[in-house]
Amino acid sequence: MGSTEALIEAKGLTKLYGEVIAVDHIDFKVYKGECVGFLGPNGAGKTTCVRMMYCFLPPSSGELQIAGLSVNTQCRQIKSLVGVAPQEDNLDPDFTVMKNLTVYCRYFDISKAEAAKRANEQLKFFQLEEKRDVTIDALSGGMKRRLIFARALINQPQILLLDEPTTGLDPQARHLAWDEVRNLKKKQVTIILTTHYMDEAAVLCDRILIIDKGKIIEEGNPSELVKKHVGEEVLEVDYDERLLPALKEAFPDGDFERLGDRLQIFTDKPHGVFEGFLKDHPMPNVTIRTTNLEDVFLKLTGRGLREE
Amino acid sequence: MTGPNLRKSPARFAIPKLSYRVWKVWRRNFDVFTKTITVNFFPSLLEPILYLLAFGLGLGGYITSVLGQPYLVFISPALVAIAIMNGSFFECTFASFVRMYFQKTFDAIVATPVSVEEVVAGELLWGATRATINATIVLAVIGVVSLTIRPLIFTPLFLLAIPLAFFGGLMFGSIAMCFTAAAPNIDFFNFPSFLFLTPMFFLCGTFFPLSKLPQGAQGVALAILPLTQVVNIARGIISGHVEPILGLSSPILLLISLVWIIGVTLFFFVLSINLMKKRLTS
Repeated sequence: MGSTEALIEAKGLTKLYGEVIAVDHIDFKVYKGECVGFLGPNGAGKTTCVRMMYCFLPPSSGELQIAGLSVNTQCRQIKSLVGVAPQEDNLDPDFTVMKNLTVYCRYFDISKAEAAKRANEQLKFFQLEEKRDVTIDALSGGMKRRLIFARALINQPQILLLDEPTTGLDPQARHLAWDEVRNLKKKQVTIILTTHYMDEAAVLCDRILIIDKGKIIEEGNPSELVKKHVGEEVLEVDYDERLLPALKEAFPDGDFERLGDRLQIFTDKPHGVFEGFLKDHPMPNVTIRTTNLEDVFLKLTGRGLREE
Repeated sequence: MTGPNLRKSPARFAIPKLSYRVWKVWRRNFDVFTKTITVNFFPSLLEPILYLLAFGLGLGGYITSVLGQPYLVFISPALVAIAIMNGSFFECTFASFVRMYFQKTFDAIVATPVSVEEVVAGELLWGATRATINATIVLAVIGVVSLTIRPLIFTPLFLLAIPLAFFGGLMFGSIAMCFTAAAPNIDFFNFPSFLFLTPMFFLCGTFFPLSKLPQGAQGVALAILPLTQVVNIARGIISGHVEPILGLSSPILLLISLVWIIGVTLFFFVLSINLMKKRLTS
């Protein structure tokens, strides 16, 4: 099985940028074959975590082991096992699409013939064959993201680090990327994913870590986290002070969240709890919807805007 | 707090751990160069021809001789030295900065088994290669003039200008890379270009003999300006004539310049790699 073997393990992992603490003494484990999502507002420390995993940034203190190798001393071995799709576009603009992949293979000591074979396979899968011989600046944003994804897989990594892999993709390209993630999960590739799209995390991740201000504030399976923090359903009504007493009386344990001129009520009761109430208290502009990971995220990290 | 701090700031003179992967970085730049050879090659061919025309034939027409040599013979080795300086300095400032800062090419490479140190060392070797290419072009132009118009090359050692270009280029490139490590933006390179390269271009015994400078300035040029050393050696192996200055004989000057280049290259090669590592990993 191998699923009890921690492939990535952090203990007291900390990263300082000067005086600023980006990652603050965090501990986590990722097991073989898992897809783990790192979620958090801008500046929470997600990307810093990912960058420490492929030795791009050295930790300030604490331990981080990848496949039993230390990021402080065994970077070369770690980097040969890991594939990285970074957030920003760092494709090589001096080369064509194909040459981007084959030159990248060279950095991994992959032979020329094997490089051409792998590059062609990736181009085919990511539907970039037609763009094989054009330079990078002739690609759309979505094609660039796909090529970055393809490049991350070129060394057939055991661990794949995806830092906001679908930002800026159209729905077709996003689903293509999701398919590939599922495909890789079947092959027991361990995946770390950071994203701002909660639907993406809910669909792909076996487990998520919510990070805020450099600390892990919650972790677990996406659907369990939803049930635990925001129940099954949420009631949304226009905010009106006159309605409050009746709502508070009906849902004494409910969580009341005001969002501008709307009011959201979360409970830990099962499905159907709001329908009964609405029968006796008809209200205008009312919605009942299933709760989701975004509700959890906003509840735990607050609604204030974050600056980078 | 000493633990984390120690790990964060690598020593300035730590000996970098390098492997054959340095050549993969070099090869990347070489591949780009060969792809764009028409824009890279012809301008560098034109420049020495212009220098020879303007300074040699134009200005040289008014100068009967410098240190007993025709003016064109005097400046030819200096043109090789200037090609070495410009070739590597611009490669390891503007071009490296573009790859590092705008293209994020270094970020992409260090996600592979190639290390930061190897990326920087590969850039330095590539800068030295650019210097060699440029200097060889100038040498070829001088050779053609020498065979067809008037003799400019007077020793059989002139082919040593090619290894001189590589090691001189490594020296200028390593110095340049220290500026790149410190550069907050690309305009910053105006400082070294105008305050370091331009003075050397004129004052290192290039277009007039060093002995025309005041004694103190001669001492400064010999003690701290790298181009002086490269010009000295280029003269020794191309025209075969190194002007004695400050009471030092030609062989002694050649020896000083050789030792100077080796020492300064080692110093800045190591320093620039450590400074770049610091910049790229914090």
